[in-house]
Amino acid sequence: MAPDVTTAEPADGVRAPAPAGHGRRPFGRFLRWDVLVGVLLVLVFLGGSAGSPGFASIDNLSFALGDLGEIALIALAMTMLVVAAEVDLSVASVLGLSSALVGALWDAGWAIETIIPLVIVVGAVCGLVNGLLVTRLGLPSLAVTIGTLALYRGLAYVVLGDRAIAEFPQQYADLAVGDVPGTPIPYPVMLFVVLAAVTGVVLHATGFGRSLFAIGAQQEAALFAGIRVKRIKLILFVLSGTVAAFAGVVYTLRYGSARADNGAGLELAVIGAVLLGGVDFDGGKGTLGGVIAGVLLIGLLRNLLMLNDVSTEIQSIVTGLLLIISVITPRLVAAVGQRRRSAPPTSSPAPPES
Amino acid sequence: MSAVTAGRSTRGVVDLVFRARELSIVAALAVLVAVTASVNGNFLSGQGMKDIFLNASILVLLAVGQSVVVITRNIDLSVGSVVGLVAFTVGDFLAADHGRGIAFAIVLGVAIGALCGLVNGLLVSFGRVPALVVTLGTLYVIQGLDHFIAHGRQINAVDLPPALLSLGNGTVLGVPYLPVIAVVAMLAVGYYLRSYPSGRDFYAIGSSPEAAGLAGIPVRRRVMGAYLFSGALAGLAGVLWLSRFGTVVADAANSWELQVVSAVVVGGVAITGGVGTVYGAALGALLLTTITSALVVLKVNPFWQQAITGALLLLAISVDRLLALRVARILRRRNARHGS
Repeated sequence: MAPDVTTAEPADGVRAPAPAGHGRRPFGRFLRWDVLVGVLLVLVFLGGSAGSPGFASIDNLSFALGDLGEIALIALAMTMLVVAAEVDLSVASVLGLSSALVGALWDAGWAIETIIPLVIVVGAVCGLVNGLLVTRLGLPSLAVTIGTLALYRGLAYVVLGDRAIAEFPQQYADLAVGDVPGTPIPYPVMLFVVLAAVTGVVLHATGFGRSLFAIGAQQEAALFAGIRVKRIKLILFVLSGTVAAFAGVVYTLRYGSARADNGAGLELAVIGAVLLGGVDFDGGKGTLGGVIAGVLLIGLLRNLLMLNDVSTEIQSIVTGLLLIISVITPRLVAAVGQRRRSAPPTSSPAPPES
Repeated sequence: MSAVTAGRSTRGVVDLVFRARELSIVAALAVLVAVTASVNGNFLSGQGMKDIFLNASILVLLAVGQSVVVITRNIDLSVGSVVGLVAFTVGDFLAADHGRGIAFAIVLGVAIGALCGLVNGLLVSFGRVPALVVTLGTLYVIQGLDHFIAHGRQINAVDLPPALLSLGNGTVLGVPYLPVIAVVAMLAVGYYLRSYPSGRDFYAIGSSPEAAGLAGIPVRRRVMGAYLFSGALAGLAGVLWLSRFGTVVADAANSWELQVVSAVVVGGVAITGGVGTVYGAALGALLLTTITSALVVLKVNPFWQQAITGALLLLAISVDRLLALRVARILRRRNARHGS
C-alpha cells in the first residue's frame, strides 16, 4: 500500500501538481473524505437550524459543545495513535479511574488542587503501562488495551466501590460547566480549541507529526529511516492516558458526580468519531480537521435527534450507520474513480494475458 | 540430511509450543480449581461444577465463533449485541405464540444471527473495510435495533414454553444440555479447521491475506463464511441464553464482546491472525468463567474481580508472547547451527 502523504498537506493554497501517472482529476482533492464530512457537518447545521427551532440558539449549541467535551479531548490523542496504526481501548476506563480517584480523595479530605495533578499523573502511568506492554513486548495494542480496559475499570471500582461522591467546590464546578465570561463558549470547549490547535500543528506541521504518518504507513521503513518508533509510540500512549485522566476530571466536575462507572463505553464513541473523521484504522492516513468535523457531526446529529424527541436507540442506530458509511464511502469513491480512470482503452497498457 | 533433521526438530518445537499453549491453560485451570477447592470444599460440589459449566457454555460457543473470525485476521465485536437481539426477539415470538417448539426457536435464532453475520461479512469481505470499524458500527446498529424492538419491555420465564426452559436447565444422563451443545460445536469446528482443506484456508488467510489470495484461496468467500458462522453461533448462543435465564431485557449480553475476545486471546488465538485453535479458545472461556466463580467462592471483594480478570488477561498474553519470542530464538540458533 502506498503511503498517502497528500493528507498531510495544508487544506488551502495552490493545488499541488498532479503526480505523473496518477491521473488526478481537478476535483480530486475536494472528494477527500474529511472535506465531505465537513460539508456534511455544514448541511446538518443548516438543515437543523431550518427544521428544528431552538437548534441554532446559542444556549443549545453551547450545551451541545460542552456535552462533547470529553469525547473531543480524548479524540485528539486517539487521532495521533490511530495515525501511527495503534489504538487505545482503555481510555474510558482511565477516565473512570480518574473520576473514582477524584471522588475518593475528595471524600478523604484532600484539597482539589492536590487531587487534580495527582490524578493526571496516574493517567500518565496508565498510559505508560499500555505503552510499555505494546513497545517492549511487541504485543498488539488492541489486545493489551482490552486487558487494561478491564484492569483500570476494575481499579476504579476498587478505589471507590459503588459509591457516588458529589458536592465538589463551586468554583471548580463552574470551570467545568461555566462559559468564558462575555461569551457563550464553555471553558472545556475553550481548552479543546487550544489543545486542538496544538495537536493540529504537531500532527501536520512538525517532523514528529510526519514521523507518525510514516510509522502508520510503513513501520519497517520508518525504522530504517531512523525514526525512533518505540519511543514515539510510548509517548503517544502516555499522552493518551494523560488526556483521558484529564477528561475524567472534567467529566466528574461537569456532572458533579464521581463514580467508578463514569464514561463506560466512551471508547467506542471516541474511536467512532476518529474513524468517521477519515482516519484510516490501518494507520498512515487522516487529518485532524476531519476528526474535529467527525466529532462535531456526531455531536450535532445526536443533539438534533434529541431535540426532535428521537429515542436514544435510534441515535445509536444512526451512529452505527454513520460509522459504517464512513468507512465504506471513501473506498467506493476510490473504486469508482479507478474504474473511470482505467476505462479508456488507450490510457493504460493492456494487462498481460495469462 | 541435516536439513531434514533441522526441519523435523523445528516442527517438533513448534508443535510442542502449540500443545504447551493449551496445556498451560489446563494447568492454570487445575491450579485454580485445586486452590479454590482447598479453601472452600463447596467449589467442587456437583452444583458448583454444574453452574460453572452452564455459565461457560454460552461464552464457549461465542469464543468458538470468534476464534474462526480472529484466525482470519479479523474481529467481530458485534456478537454480544447479536446475543441480546436474538434472545429478545425469539423470546418475544415464543411468548406470543405458545404453539412453537424448541426447533423453531433454534432455527429462528440461528437465522437472525446468521443474517447479522452476513451483513458483517459482506461489509468486511466485499467492502474491504477494517473489521473493527464495521463490527463496531454493527454493534451500535444491532444494539439500537434490539432496544427499539424491546422498547423497555421484558421477556419473562412464565411466558416461554416449558420445553425451551428445560433445554437451559435440564440434563441428559446427568449432564446439562448446554455444555453438551458447546462441546459438540467446539469439536466439530476444531475438526473442520484442522482436517478440511477449506478449514486450513482460514489459517492461510490469517497468516498472509495477500499470499492466500495469490495461492488461489477464495479469501473473500472464506472471510464471509467466518462471519456468517460467528453470527450463526451467536444466534444459537442467544437462544441458549433465553433458555437458561428465561427473563430477558434488551441489554442481555451487552458488552460481552470484550469478554469473548478476552477468552479467545487467553486461549492462544493470536489477534494478528493465523494462529490458534478453537480448543484453546474454549479453554480460555472456561478459564475466565472459572476465575469469576472462584473469586466469588473465595469471597474476594467483588470490586476486585474485574481488576483481577484484566490483570490475568494481560499476564496471559505477555507470557504467551515471551514464550513465542523464546521459541523463535531457539529456532534461529538451531537453524544457524545446521547451516541451513
